[in-house]
Amino acid sequence: MAYSDKVLDHFKNPRNVGVLDKNKKNVGTGLVGAPECGDVMRLQIEVDEDSGKITDARFKTFGCGSAIASSSLATEWLKGKSVDEALSIDNMDIVEELALPPVKIHCSVLAEDAIKAAIKDYQEKNGITTEQAEDTPASA
Amino acid sequence: MDKTRLIYLDNNATTPCDPRVVEAMVPYFFEKHGNAASRSHHFGWEAEEAVDYAREQIAQLISADEKEIIFTSGATESNNLALKGIFEMYARKGNHIITAETEHKAVLDACKHLEKQGAEVTYLQVKEDGQVDLAKLEAAIKPTTIAVSIMWANNETGVIQPMREIAQICEKHGVLFHSDATQAVGKIPTNPRETGIHLMSFTAHKMYGPKGVGALYVSRKNPRVKVTAQIDGGGHERGMRSGTLNVPGIVGFGKAAELARLEMAQDAERLSKLRDKLEAALTKLEETKVNGNINSRMPHVSNISFKHVEGEGLMMTFNQNIAVSSGSACTSASLEPSYVLVAMGLGDDLAHSSIRFSLGRFTTEEEVDFAVEAVSKGVNHMRELSPIWEMYKEGVDLTKIEWSAH
Repeated sequence: MAYSDKVLDHFKNPRNVGVLDKNKKNVGTGLVGAPECGDVMRLQIEVDEDSGKITDARFKTFGCGSAIASSSLATEWLKGKSVDEALSIDNMDIVEELALPPVKIHCSVLAEDAIKAAIKDYQEKNGITTEQAEDTPASA
Repeated sequence: MDKTRLIYLDNNATTPCDPRVVEAMVPYFFEKHGNAASRSHHFGWEAEEAVDYAREQIAQLISADEKEIIFTSGATESNNLALKGIFEMYARKGNHIITAETEHKAVLDACKHLEKQGAEVTYLQVKEDGQVDLAKLEAAIKPTTIAVSIMWANNETGVIQPMREIAQICEKHGVLFHSDATQAVGKIPTNPRETGIHLMSFTAHKMYGPKGVGALYVSRKNPRVKVTAQIDGGGHERGMRSGTLNVPGIVGFGKAAELARLEMAQDAERLSKLRDKLEAALTKLEETKVNGNINSRMPHVSNISFKHVEGEGLMMTFNQNIAVSSGSACTSASLEPSYVLVAMGLGDDLAHSSIRFSLGRFTTEEEVDFAVEAVSKGVNHMRELSPIWEMYKEGVDLTKIEWSAH
């Protein structure tokens, strides 16, 4: 299968690979997917408590090229956004940006789940409950 | 890395057509274009003669009589003709067929089709090394069993089945033995009569011949086996497979068979050394596992799991230069990993992490060295990106995590 140039670019030069200290209160971690399914994404955000903006985002992904590109793109998009803005990232935005074919849409869904899971973790750690938080899917 | 370099290590998918085969085929497209069934003129006689010669070349490769070779469009058709043809022909004897979970889809799907027609099919589990359990096979035979269908060598792992032992069981119970020998013929000695196989499917394009032509060996004596035709028409191929013969393809198939007969031993010796070199180098990486019985395996195949690395992603790190196959079918909507590896008891996670390397007549040592370097680099790179590799390194028990399956 031929990948789009954008997928190839993210795959070859993944942005923001790495790990944030998950024990820090202002860091939210989302771990979604399963090894048996061939995809695991760990996405982390660090939130500036004064401004409420995401100052850093990191990922590591076990998966195919599209899964890696989707999570790499997600971290790029998250930086500088407020938590509420981040919650509005839709998987179809990722599909469009990376020109993912139908069989790879699940990669974008997983990236959206990872974002939501990371935010949920951050909010739970900080005692924030919002409607969005309750709507987020249950994740690892 | 050289961006334009292309190395083909996917010879189990298809082999390049040997230039000597191409050369033999070329005249049969224009100058010698006759229909082998045209009995009344020179063009037809010429084509028929070419087909007869190819049939001899192929029969010689497998030590069969040339009348036992039925030409088809490929191994998929041969498998369909064998299974469906037996089922119809021997309906009075019974309706039970025994096969294995690790067979090629051409066998499994033909069996599924037959189940809808009233067949009863037993899909044997295989052992962890990929071989059929002989005791289980024998225990599965019953009075209504008409045939056992077990492949000679597996396409994904290269594991060779205990063919002689299976044949002895079939003989003891008086059931037919069909084998999909697609991956074996032309690469290792395959003699159906001596082994005790009654029907054997194989194809040209896995042995340096052209695509679109295959054969079904059908034993003519002791026992005389017949299959009901699945394609009706002019009654070609002794009534078992109608349709104008693919003369250039058959000529190429014949030439490929001749070359295989003459060069098989040296190819196998050279390739097993290269395969062993590749395998030794790649299994030096941490947490790798060779899949399948290494003592009963095709000489040119290696199937390796690289733990905590997803196969398709790994392939993407080097597939601009190197062609291999992955046990992870992440391209399908179902996300199913290789059913062959799963049947061998590999977890889905390891099945997703596996790569099949299949070498061929045109593979060089230098290409293998290049591949080892590129694949090792890819594995290390993907592990740096892999959260589960990181967790494994930190001593996290991955089986204790509640993964959110999606």
